[in-house]
Amino acid sequence: MVIVGAGECGIRAALSLRERGHEGSVTLIGAETHLPYERPPLSKDAIAGADEPAPKLIASREMLEERNIVLMSGAEAVALDRQAKSVALSNGAHVPYEKLLLATGAAPRRLPLAEGIEACVYLRTFDDALAIRAHLKRGIRVAVIGGGFIGLELAASARRLGCPVTVVESLPRILARAVPAEIAEAVHAQHVRHAVEIRTGSSIATIEHGPDGVRIGLADGTTVEADLCVIGIGAVPNMSLAEQAALAIENGIAVDAELRTSDPDIFAAGDCCSFVLDLYGGRRVRLEAWRNAQEQGTLAAGNMLGGHEGHTAVPWFWSDQYELGLQIAGLSDEGSQTVRRDTGEGAFILFHLAVDGRLVAASGIGPGNAVARDIRLAEMLIAKRACPPPERLAAPDTKLKALLAA
Amino acid sequence: MAGWIEACGADDVDEEDVIRFDHEGRTFAIYRSPDDEYFATDGLCTHEKIHLADGLVMDDIIECPKHNGRFNYKTGAAKGAPVCVNLKTYPVKVEGGRVMIDVG
Repeated sequence: MVIVGAGECGIRAALSLRERGHEGSVTLIGAETHLPYERPPLSKDAIAGADEPAPKLIASREMLEERNIVLMSGAEAVALDRQAKSVALSNGAHVPYEKLLLATGAAPRRLPLAEGIEACVYLRTFDDALAIRAHLKRGIRVAVIGGGFIGLELAASARRLGCPVTVVESLPRILARAVPAEIAEAVHAQHVRHAVEIRTGSSIATIEHGPDGVRIGLADGTTVEADLCVIGIGAVPNMSLAEQAALAIENGIAVDAELRTSDPDIFAAGDCCSFVLDLYGGRRVRLEAWRNAQEQGTLAAGNMLGGHEGHTAVPWFWSDQYELGLQIAGLSDEGSQTVRRDTGEGAFILFHLAVDGRLVAASGIGPGNAVARDIRLAEMLIAKRACPPPERLAAPDTKLKALLAA
Repeated sequence: MAGWIEACGADDVDEEDVIRFDHEGRTFAIYRSPDDEYFATDGLCTHEKIHLADGLVMDDIIECPKHNGRFNYKTGAAKGAPVCVNLKTYPVKVEGGRVMIDVG
């Protein structure tokens, strides 16, 4: 068993192979030199935490040794030979496989205008986070290009450190792809309260590097000046191995419900793959989410060992910015009707219902983890394909647990 | 700090639910099971120090509100990724409608 990619998905798959009793070899190939670690803290505590940052490890060296999982770190997989069933590494090694899992993740989408400018940086790895942290002293002016989750979480972290922050977003609102407008407005308002300047509807015409940092020229003729420019304009799936080996591609490495690629001995899971969601009429999606990476890694391990389990989990993700926590279950764009439930202290949940009354998604925001329990229950209702009465969803004194039992 | 302390009223916790109880700088989670028994554990998830009282109780499982780590709140046993460290539990008794826990 060979796994390319030692992030959340790859290491979960490796651990799961052992938990499921696999006794043959397990090899995990990772381009980074760190042991497998969690990425969610990279935009938060790794940047703004009081402690000296260290990667939050998913598996220690002892854990890997105990389970006889061979980690080849600092080794990039550069070629895949499906006839010989072998993966070639950048260090010249060839790793033969019986079953292969591509858990190659995604990489930050690059901004061509920023190429070659040292003060323009991206965040994906722990080392990226360390580099950003090293720059962020109080008073350092930060520009964030892209009003998505990475950019906004970084903006919140930079504010915690006392840095002035400007967020530049080309679309008319922040989080346009990811969350409903009402939730995005709540996030926007929170950033404004924390003195972040948000420039929506602002496309970038030029980026120049000078002695005082970067000068970003916007299409409306104004400029934003900053000492550090962090770019968070989305991610692209890492699929060069799959492309070069002529596996089917469709907005990511295309897999079936069991996470099998067009080659029956090769699986793909996590950020790099697109898969079909039965729950939404077989819609093909690609998710960039921590829990999805974890669940698919575990599922792929079972199917690599001959299982035939399909992916049924409801998409779910969260973001923390300042004291606000946001959680979304399901795909909100599947809904045609929205029901709002206010749960106190400014927290609210939007339930998204399809034309036939079926609950297809729930998006919530509030202080701390105020919406977590209701979103979790909503997720269970979504999985059950329940059609809860809208007026009961809207009433905060209706327990969602009661609707689940109905 | 020793022995039994009063955590809450028996009616303060719904059936199959959990509330938070803070005492002398420590935080606990007090549970009432579907069969109407009371339990107590440390208040923070062993994975990332999240308050479990914001999580969901289903049967004898408490699920962390942030990363869905699961524990059996009766025994403290961790029930799979991302949690691997068990949760500490505390003895509980109900006297005169008050929930008492032994914080040791």
